[in-house]
Amino acid sequence: MSSTGDQIAVTLRGRQGAFSLDVEFAAPMRGVTAIFGPSGCGKTTILRCIAGLTPMTGRIQIGTDLWQDTEQGIFIAPHRRHLGYVFQEPSLFPHLSVRDNLLYGARRASAAGRAIADFDSMVDLLAIRPLLTRSTRALSGGERQRIAVGRALLSGPSMLLMDEPLSALDRASKDDILPLFEVLHERLAIPILYVSHDMSEIERLADTLILIRDGRVEASGPLTAMQTDPTASLLSAPQATVVLEGRVAQIDTDFSLTELHVDGGVLIVPGQHGAAGDRRRLRIAASDVSVATAAPVATSIVNCLRARIIAIHGAPRAPHASILLALGEDGNGATIAARITRKSVATLGLTPGLAVYAQIKGVALIASRTAG
Amino acid sequence: MVPRARRPLMLGLGVQTPLCMALLGLLAFGSAARAADIKVAVAANFADPFKEIAAKFEASSGHRLVASLGATGQFYAQIVEGAPFDILLAADRATSAKAVREGYAVAGTAYTYAVGKLVLYSPTAGVVDGAATLKAVAFTRLAIANPNVAPYGVAAVETMQALDVLDALRPKLVQGNSIAQTFQFIATGNAELGFVALSQIATLAGGSRWIVPETMHAPISQDAVVMTGAKEIAAAQAFLTFLKTPQARSIIEKYGYGGGD
Amino acid sequence: MGAATSRDAMLDLAPFWSPIRLTLALATITTAVLLLIGTPLAWWLARSKSRWKEAISALVALPLILPPTVIGFYLLLALGPHGPGGWIAGMRGARTLAFTFEGLVLGSVVYSLPFVVQPIRAAFAGIGERPLEVAATLRASPWDAFWSVAVPLARPGFLTAAVLGFAHTVGEFGVVLMIGGNIPGETKVLSVALFELVETQRWSEAHLLAAGMVVFAFAVILAVFHLEKRGAEARR
Repeated sequence: MSSTGDQIAVTLRGRQGAFSLDVEFAAPMRGVTAIFGPSGCGKTTILRCIAGLTPMTGRIQIGTDLWQDTEQGIFIAPHRRHLGYVFQEPSLFPHLSVRDNLLYGARRASAAGRAIADFDSMVDLLAIRPLLTRSTRALSGGERQRIAVGRALLSGPSMLLMDEPLSALDRASKDDILPLFEVLHERLAIPILYVSHDMSEIERLADTLILIRDGRVEASGPLTAMQTDPTASLLSAPQATVVLEGRVAQIDTDFSLTELHVDGGVLIVPGQHGAAGDRRRLRIAASDVSVATAAPVATSIVNCLRARIIAIHGAPRAPHASILLALGEDGNGATIAARITRKSVATLGLTPGLAVYAQIKGVALIASRTAG
Repeated sequence: MVPRARRPLMLGLGVQTPLCMALLGLLAFGSAARAADIKVAVAANFADPFKEIAAKFEASSGHRLVASLGATGQFYAQIVEGAPFDILLAADRATSAKAVREGYAVAGTAYTYAVGKLVLYSPTAGVVDGAATLKAVAFTRLAIANPNVAPYGVAAVETMQALDVLDALRPKLVQGNSIAQTFQFIATGNAELGFVALSQIATLAGGSRWIVPETMHAPISQDAVVMTGAKEIAAAQAFLTFLKTPQARSIIEKYGYGGGD
Repeated sequence: MGAATSRDAMLDLAPFWSPIRLTLALATITTAVLLLIGTPLAWWLARSKSRWKEAISALVALPLILPPTVIGFYLLLALGPHGPGGWIAGMRGARTLAFTFEGLVLGSVVYSLPFVVQPIRAAFAGIGERPLEVAATLRASPWDAFWSVAVPLARPGFLTAAVLGFAHTVGEFGVVLMIGGNIPGETKVLSVALFELVETQRWSEAHLLAAGMVVFAFAVILAVFHLEKRGAEARR
């Protein structure tokens, strides 16, 4: 694996009891890289190895910092790795106040001469100012996790590791925190490695996706590429989804609709979201997309885009096929997936290269509420 | 209150033999709890001769003796609290007398079964050379038994008074809580010498010793007495009678005790 | 010791002061020494994966099982001229560490060790790995994390350990009897004085002294509970 200084490069090989890990992946030094996989596949172990909490043979390079290289006998102790770690349970120090929890890492980092984030702006960003004087015992799960995130970020990390930070929270707390994570995603200059088994979190946050199965890397790459990769497992699943980046073009106040430009077309979503020029994530489920060979007339579906078939995938006896569509008349735009019956494929005579119309029943805007 | 002091001091037994031997002996001794018994509270200093005499007595009488070894003062406190002893072999005369006076022991049964002999002893040859040793004060620690608790301690203090060296020696004194502990202080070398019972060293060779003349202290009489609460009064009386036989006397004397009355 | 004549006269409290002072000094110093050596030992026992761990653990717990007279006897050998204690004593021209205050401290440390190590060990074990991992990811070195996280979190264990160590030293009797030599002002501590009073049947004085010890122990434990409660409220 190349070890240029502009990426995260991780190679790990080892055993933990009956479980064996053998992974090698690279991720960009910006944005959110999600590590996704079923429970027990080794996601958490990977994160712990990167933090140095679980020693394992391998090599870990974060940008220009080499944290571990077993061959060279290099192993930087966890407290010297300049990382922020958010555990599944918030794990606040019960003997310290909220403020002292937040400042625990900050004090040590600045004592070591490291530049750290401004306390007040972090407190405001995380909306935890009212909690500063409270005891850690009197906090909700969501409040604790926000403080744990702030505590990690205030220690001046060069990377943030998050191990299923929402999975211990109830629905309401999750809905509270997710928008916050989106803001962090926008504002933080440091890369985030985000472990999760919940695809909806990943759709909202991730730029890059690493799929893990049984201690191995199944596939890795940009989120949309992973969602449309026929060799990866996501596309063939019934809940296959594609996430698109869109830019708000205009807001229709009469009908209360927002028009967004995506690569290769225009999509309309209900409601008035943001202002012209804002970037938004859109989520399109493959099962919400149908394909027509002629321009539909008199339909209630507002989103009907021209597209070209890139590929058709489906097992011979399965009822459904996955069709990859490139948006735009010439098929130069973003890729989305459609899940239709194989019978329709045959009836309509769909083949790769064919120009079609993609009818999209539902386009969900996955946008941060705070910014919206 | 002082729960540990109430526990029978099973380990109060002397260290005449090496420690592990003593421990093994004690285990054997303690497990002698069999049926139909005479329960005897035995002053720790008399443990060895008692063992030998008891074997003879059991062989000839068919009775069995169950011994508790310990400090006399402790036995007294236990008897007051209703401990089920048949016989007390005290380390002094006062306790037996007091027990009789207060009705815990049968009047007329008191018998001086042994008279202790005080000896100034050092395990190192040449250290002890008669009374002159006490006057020369060429040592750092002199062990005695606590005179508030142990008759041998009283005798030791009386001896030093008689020689007019008590005040000079006071800073050198360390006190064992019993004569057995006093012997341990010396045997382990923590004190170079000390006043112990002849019975403790009678069977030991070597070292240096001075048997203190009996004129220098009041006799260390050890009285036996039958308890009023005894369940085996006849058997207890039989054992006291046996203590007076020449067979028992010779054992007692072999261990360094003077004759009884 | 001259109080034998006052057996039936008015209670003479003067002879008590020296044993009381001595006992408090012994218990305080012993507790301090125990916390000092017990803490790293407890830390190691709570976290080490060494195969020697259980053996060391059993060794530390031994005084719980052995009769004090046995420990006392071995200490007497160890402190004496043929043991390491005698070697140390020899450096300052003495013959033995027995019959000295320092010897008593040493003996009490050995005897009270499990009472201090066990609560601290349990407290350290109860913390678990997580808080220390969190501290490590927040730039705290292991040494830093020990003081800033492990020790504060184990505070109740330390309090229990200190109280038990102190109280056990105050109440210790068999060992000090064996290695002390009953020297007034040097090794004649409360429990030995009390034993002597019982042995000589001066029971009214014995009762007074014992009651005093009970009240003292009660007050100490009560104070600790109170402190602990206030500490818990302060953190709330």
